[in-house]
Amino acid sequence: MNKNKFDKIKIKLKNASVGIAGIGGLGSNASIALARAGIGRLVLVDFDKVDINNLDRQYYFLDQIGQLKVNAMKENIRRIDPKIKVEAYNLKLKRGSMYYPFKDIDVVIEALDEASIKTEFIEEILLNLPEKPIVAASGVTGYGHSDRIVTKRLGNLYLCYDKYAISSKDDVLMAPRVCLIANWEANLAIEIILGEDK
Amino acid sequence: MSIEVNGRKVDWVENETIKQLLKRVKYTFPLVVVKINKEVIPRKDFSNVVVPDNSKIDVIHMISGG
Repeated sequence: MNKNKFDKIKIKLKNASVGIAGIGGLGSNASIALARAGIGRLVLVDFDKVDINNLDRQYYFLDQIGQLKVNAMKENIRRIDPKIKVEAYNLKLKRGSMYYPFKDIDVVIEALDEASIKTEFIEEILLNLPEKPIVAASGVTGYGHSDRIVTKRLGNLYLCYDKYAISSKDDVLMAPRVCLIANWEANLAIEIILGEDK
Repeated sequence: MSIEVNGRKVDWVENETIKQLLKRVKYTFPLVVVKINKEVIPRKDFSNVVVPDNSKIDVIHMISGG
């Protein structure tokens, strides 16, 4: 580990903030990666509770079943680093106000589930917060084919993307690929905050 | 007289709206984000906004899973 390099970026990361829309398969794993990386402030938004069926891929534990995901995630982050500021919003994103919780953070991560909500969210962020970098993901289903995942950049939209993947309604969701793309999103957020690693 | 849709060269059609273009190039996904020359077009305007000649169009479609 290059301590000089790490000391330099540590301060930047500590002063940075990331907002995560959806704390399910993508969002829970991305949150943990960002917490461990040292992001100083995380804004979590989700309306759901932890369910036993989430545990095959989402970063929760058996004793958290029934808890609000945002509260359970806040606790999991606290157990890694209690100094991280976590703002947890238990709410369902509604058209027209989806961008509200993300106004004053550095990078937005789209980690929602349903295609229609994902699309609406991206459109709303791009239209209402045009200067805000947004990282989104499409194509998390299935297993294998790690090397089909690419980053597609369109202005401030960074899309982690597998064009061959199919909808979760017609495929399986499994921890390795979900976590891979969640960490891909977190890694992109870090790259946006720090600039390219030369 | 052509436009570019997701990197693919397509004929330009006068007075064609985004909605008509999406149908013509067979993008049948019901929900997409469309950018014309890097500008995001709200979905509610798809049937009003006319595609200009020589424009570069990005159509982003998301699939479920997360």
